Amino acid sequence: MTEPVLKVTNYNVDFWVDGVWYPAAIDMNYELLPGKTLAIVGESGSGKSSSSMGLMGLLASNARTSGTVEVKGVDMLSASAATVRKYRGKEVAYIFQEPMTALNPVYTIGFQIVETLRVHLPISPSAAKERAIELLTLVDIPNPAASFDKYPHQLSGGQKQRAMIAVALACDPALLIADEPTTALDVTVQAEILDLMRDLRTKLNSGILLITHDMGVVADMADDILVMKDGVTVEHDTADNIFNRPKHPYTQQLLAAVPKLGSVPLRELKFASEVKPEPVLVLDDVSIEYPKRGRVPAFTAARNINLAIFPGEILGLVGESGSGKTTIGRAAIGLIPVKSGSIKVAGNEIAGATGKELQAIRRHTGIVFQDPASSLNPRLPLGESIGEPLFLAKVAKGADLDRMVEELLDKVELPRSYRNRYPHELSGGQRQRVGIARALALSPDILIADEPTSALDVSIQARFLELLQELQDKLKFACLFISHDIAVVEILAHRIAVMQHGSLVEVGDRDQILKDPQHEYTKMLLSAVPVPDPELQRIRREARLKNK
Amino acid sequence: MAKSKQDLEKSSDKNENEIALRETEGLSQGQIIRRRFFRHKGAMASLVVLLGMFLFVFSASGIHLGSAKQPINIAGWWPHSFKEIDPEAALKNVCSNGITGCPTLDILPSFIDGTGIKIGDHPLGTDILGTDYLALVTRGAEQSILVMLIVGFLGVTLGTAIGAVAGFYGGVVDAILMRVTDMFLVTPTLVIGAVIGFRFGNLGVVPLALMLGFFAWMGLARFVRTEFLTLREREFVDAARVAGASDRRIIFKHILPNAIGIIIVSGTLLMSGAILTESALSYLGFGVRLPDVSLGLLVSQYQDTFNVSPWMFWWPGFFIITIALSINFIGDGLRDAFDPRQRRRISAKERASAKEAKGRA
Repeated sequence: MTEPVLKVTNYNVDFWVDGVWYPAAIDMNYELLPGKTLAIVGESGSGKSSSSMGLMGLLASNARTSGTVEVKGVDMLSASAATVRKYRGKEVAYIFQEPMTALNPVYTIGFQIVETLRVHLPISPSAAKERAIELLTLVDIPNPAASFDKYPHQLSGGQKQRAMIAVALACDPALLIADEPTTALDVTVQAEILDLMRDLRTKLNSGILLITHDMGVVADMADDILVMKDGVTVEHDTADNIFNRPKHPYTQQLLAAVPKLGSVPLRELKFASEVKPEPVLVLDDVSIEYPKRGRVPAFTAARNINLAIFPGEILGLVGESGSGKTTIGRAAIGLIPVKSGSIKVAGNEIAGATGKELQAIRRHTGIVFQDPASSLNPRLPLGESIGEPLFLAKVAKGADLDRMVEELLDKVELPRSYRNRYPHELSGGQRQRVGIARALALSPDILIADEPTSALDVSIQARFLELLQELQDKLKFACLFISHDIAVVEILAHRIAVMQHGSLVEVGDRDQILKDPQHEYTKMLLSAVPVPDPELQRIRREARLKNK
Repeated sequence: MAKSKQDLEKSSDKNENEIALRETEGLSQGQIIRRRFFRHKGAMASLVVLLGMFLFVFSASGIHLGSAKQPINIAGWWPHSFKEIDPEAALKNVCSNGITGCPTLDILPSFIDGTGIKIGDHPLGTDILGTDYLALVTRGAEQSILVMLIVGFLGVTLGTAIGAVAGFYGGVVDAILMRVTDMFLVTPTLVIGAVIGFRFGNLGVVPLALMLGFFAWMGLARFVRTEFLTLREREFVDAARVAGASDRRIIFKHILPNAIGIIIVSGTLLMSGAILTESALSYLGFGVRLPDVSLGLLVSQYQDTFNVSPWMFWWPGFFIITIALSINFIGDGLRDAFDPRQRRRISAKERASAKEAKGRA
């Protein structure tokens, strides 16, 4: 019987809010053996992050922890600050969500690894450097000796996360706490990082505590799973049991809400007449360039794009970050000028249109933005935000406008009283519904949805996608649905377009793209998506690694 | 075990509801900020002090504006005027060290020094010509407050307008406006003030304040510009543009209300700075001229007599410090109130009491 690296008993975390202690984690009990991975899953606000930060006393000053947290048999909560500090970094290492912010931008990554090493181990600078290069080799950073002297901004997102892992692994920690380690990364990079972590676990025999909301990542990594809801552990079991025989209704609900790639029937698209109607949105050989700014050279975000969307059709546009998909969406409503080519919305040319003309054309379009927190004016009541397009297009004002706003709220299934509320009073999902209501206010011919679900929890995302489908069935608008999540696109789209580095690599019917991809990049993208099923994911993973 | 788990879930559900209720309580942004501001004890005390002082100063000395040709005069309740010369009054009250014009104010009760509490004819004494010092000080404070309000208003309006336009349009407009701002910024305030004071000081305090305000907007313009630069990249601005909003509507309806925090905060700082600038100018002899007075002028006039009649120095100083300090405190309270990330520190006592409560439960 091996001794657990982490043993948590009767562990509570509370936060002090406006004079009352609110619990963030209640009575948690778990053990983690060396070489195993325990995944803590739950939606935002379930206390998964705060409970893991609290393990090593890393919470804000308004938090309080109780119970025992034993790392290799030593209780961290009752230990002195000096003892805890000795354990941090040496026995317990953290990997954070954002590699961009977790690495200090003014030091080289080599320096940051050496720092960790020299704080904890009696080691000479030259030996520390040797060890640091060894670590960089271990995490597969290209050309480790040269990368030692690089600053974080000189590395790509994936490489930064690798460097972050190298820092974390510097002292061979017995326990690695990874808080959403791949959430900020693209799927292909995510797959590589997960491979790396799995590989390291077997090499170093550390325990990994993985905190994530992504069931695909969990299926890929976890041996055991702990499901949290509102601070309470609702279920704690092996990965196999959780995925295949979930007991608690919440776990079942959570798993049901996760979109599973390759399991959704195609939504039929019927045109009103036999003849294919005129497309609503046509992009003809469009190139978009961000002009040069000072010493930063001009950057072509999209080149030679040819796309057409027909009435009532949903076109899914997928690609990794920086592939130019958002640029296309914004250009389609005239927020970004076009360098060459033509964009036609309902027969009107956008490229080169004047401000007045653009305003007229925009009456045919609506857009739902990625971040519901940023896309609503925090100082404006929701009713005003929703009614603004109607008011400015002089469709209605006064009591008429109020009535129309109420109808829109009904459409997106929000209470009418929300008209007088402010954005900060609503949850993310509700805000995104307000975003849809605003986008649909002028009954547009085409709706641009730019990653509308990327900021939402899975169960809220599921409900949101359902609502969007219902609305689309009823109102028959065309939609350009931009997303990095292929599983989400599968649910909605009739056709899918794939982008890479500013070019369209493949456009085709949904099933053709998903089942019979032609382009290498599409194939790679599809194989990198983790599936929320441990067995299936293992098979996919092995197939992917073999192809390498 | 199963049962206790269920209970736990129930209690957590209840807690969850409480949090949700507290979070979704129908409060507008304005209400939240007001509530946070009212909770800031220092700012509230300063607000009371400042309002009390305004009331006292303006009601005591009355309001005297306008030029020498067309004066606007509304008398106050204090019987003496700052222009009144009455040598006998100075001789009536003589201090124990032989100084004339001694203050008649005595706040020590009789059981300490045997004379009892009294206010007398000239509670703050008189100057050498027999002019009542309370009348002089309230008149001075009135002038200073007027400068503060005018400079504050001008600085905030100009700064906001220039900063907003520069930040929103960027590019060439921004470059031109910011270079103009730079030009204003590189000239030392006191030198500009001295020149202005020399030219306009004898016209009375209003022209002086107007000119000072004309040179006080730069810092605020910079702040507002930065704020606009970040806010215009937010998606709600794009959303408004897609909805068909004009630039003017975007600036005033969408962006400006989101930048109001920073405007109020630097506005208050600007105002307290204005009081100090005016005092400094008058001290140097470039601000308000005799026979009119301001706080700075009083301080400069009587600094030589500090050893024999220190009250001549203390009182105007007290008013300057109180006004500047209260305004700064109010600004500080507003800054805290507008900053959503600012959290109140939990005192050790509260922590202990909460622990105790938990132990009992």
